[in-house]
Amino acid sequence: MAVETAQLESYLEDFTEFVRQTEKDTPQWLRDLRDAAFARFCEVGFPTPRDEDWRFTNLAALRRTPFRAARGNAARLSKNDVAAWHMEDAAARLIFVDGRFAPELSALDGVPEGVTVNGLQRELAGEASAVTEHLGRYLNIERDPFCALNTAFAEDGAYVHVKRGVVVEQPIHLLFISTSAATPTVTHPRNLIVVEDESQASVVEDYVSLGAETPAFSNAVTELVARGSASVSHILIEREHLQSYNFSTLRIEQARSANVASHSLLLGGALVRNNVHPVLAGEGGECLINGLFIGSGRQHLDNYMLVEHASPHCASRQFYNGILDEQAHGVFHGRIIVHKDAQKTDAKQTNRNLLLNDDAQIDTKPQLEIYADDVKCTHGATIGQIEDNALFYLRSRGISAVEARRLLLEAFAGECLDRIKEKPAREYARVIVDRYLSALAIAAPAGAVPFVRSGAENDHQTS
Amino acid sequence: MSLLQIHNLHVKIGGHEILKGLDLTINAGEVHSIMGPNGSGKSTLAQVLSRRESYEVTEGEILFDGKDLLAMKPEEAACEGVFMAFQYPVEIPGIGNAYFLRSALNAIRKYRGLDELDAMDFLPLFRERLKLLEMDEKLLNRSVNEGFSGGEKKRNEILQMAMLEPKLAILDETDSGLDIDALRIVAQGVNALRDPDRAMIVVTHYQRLLNYIVPDFVHVLVDGRIVRSGGPELALELESKGYGWVEDEAQQVAPASA
Repeated sequence: MAVETAQLESYLEDFTEFVRQTEKDTPQWLRDLRDAAFARFCEVGFPTPRDEDWRFTNLAALRRTPFRAARGNAARLSKNDVAAWHMEDAAARLIFVDGRFAPELSALDGVPEGVTVNGLQRELAGEASAVTEHLGRYLNIERDPFCALNTAFAEDGAYVHVKRGVVVEQPIHLLFISTSAATPTVTHPRNLIVVEDESQASVVEDYVSLGAETPAFSNAVTELVARGSASVSHILIEREHLQSYNFSTLRIEQARSANVASHSLLLGGALVRNNVHPVLAGEGGECLINGLFIGSGRQHLDNYMLVEHASPHCASRQFYNGILDEQAHGVFHGRIIVHKDAQKTDAKQTNRNLLLNDDAQIDTKPQLEIYADDVKCTHGATIGQIEDNALFYLRSRGISAVEARRLLLEAFAGECLDRIKEKPAREYARVIVDRYLSALAIAAPAGAVPFVRSGAENDHQTS
Repeated sequence: MSLLQIHNLHVKIGGHEILKGLDLTINAGEVHSIMGPNGSGKSTLAQVLSRRESYEVTEGEILFDGKDLLAMKPEEAACEGVFMAFQYPVEIPGIGNAYFLRSALNAIRKYRGLDELDAMDFLPLFRERLKLLEMDEKLLNRSVNEGFSGGEKKRNEILQMAMLEPKLAILDETDSGLDIDALRIVAQGVNALRDPDRAMIVVTHYQRLLNYIVPDFVHVLVDGRIVRSGGPELALELESKGYGWVEDEAQQVAPASA
């Protein structure tokens, strides 16, 4: 396929400049990784709706906008500027401004012994670390041009390493602030989280905007490695302003008996693509992929799950709830691949959606590819509206229409929030989500809405 | 002044006229039973009184405590003191029973200019009422009606009524689907709430419930109108003769008044 090179021009100029500026300080292996990734990106360009993985998401606006690297122009912020996003009870706080680690705003010293948290660039510049062993090793740049683009510009982000047998009770908060700029800017945060055998940690990856709404593009990748019997929680919160593009890939590599939970909360952004790609590479692994997306206006929130069962006796659970108002468009694409040797796989997928407006839209698509012969896979999706009976029941007890709607939305969203086991992260998330729900409860029409529910539960069982 | 005055009430749903000129007056302290065959409009009356919006009132008026009930939203009617125990209580997953009831109670208290209750003030009151309905405290934190048995749901309705202390309680077929033990507990709860300041409308198809909740007045609703009113003995007459005879009578009267 011919790639329209004009649209890639700004990225090419940025890459050339980036290579020139960083050449001296970059080890050869990283230069090779970036070069190969950029070559791959140039080869394929941006995906089009003809690509099955991008069928429901139009990238024309993203392609048209000449995003330039925010590199070197990072705004200088004070602690006051970032106070609004302060997470209580965090083990560590890493703050990134326009993709750059800001040590003066961050707090790294509360972590237990055996835990390293750092800016990725600082870590790369330091002594030999686990970075070299893991960075880029799990992500498949062939699969997704945005992953290739991120890798080409991979320079800074968060680095978290937890040594064997260490338990980090409180969450590690990664806050990515995109600031207002005169021209559209792009950042490529690159995070690496390595949790060694029998360790435990939770990480909150939080995207926010500061200042006037100007177009900004966050193209993030997180590689998360959970070694044997490790237990890891990852919470993504996207709440940037409505001129933002947020693309993120969470690539999870799970070793034997590792237990990983991914929670995604998509609340902000104009066009958001959330890729979650766990590979259950060792026996007995468990993976929870939990998400909530709440859209209004013309927001487009696309969730693309790719769950690979590559070993026997692994379990995966996908639960995604969507709430869409006005002309918002949600996508849930849940792909499960059960490889030939992954016998006794137990995979489940559920996507439930509430549409608050006739113009809101959801595309939900399960995609199961099963190459083993003794597995259990189920998927189901429902689309409905706020139930009129429930609304009337609450109102008939004296609760106002707005409050009744808020309670019902909270209950629906609560299903997802309650799956976040770590209390500080859960309560932090709940406060944020409740703000969006309150706004929706007020905005939604007060009239009676007939209840419609369509859906399907399907079992695929082989033995 | 009467607590509830209904004059010439006409109600349509989905284009069909269900209530065709209903008149009813209820004073505080009275218990009225509305009986009638299926489809006569009993539940429609209950729904209109609790201000369900899908019912279209085409004619008539309802004064509640002197105020125009038909101008009220469901939550306003509730705050003014109207309560309906649902025939089919709604299951609401994700909203805890106690949390829901406290929200409701506080919405009503706020409307009436009273201080809101915090959890500490609320719980003792709630526990006391649970005992009245012989309900398990475990129901406190379960989601509203979710996974409740039929009897538990009906008891939960009466529990809500006991908490919200309405001026007018409408029991819509509260007896349906209850075994005799559950019926007894529900009736006991209702009787405990009988009060000189409170009126009740007991909507039922069968006389059985009225053995336990003895009404002051019984009205027979046929084809959208009250065709006969009397004391508790009327319920017994209906039980032995069935609805046929009042329906026949009504048909003889209807052409003349139509």
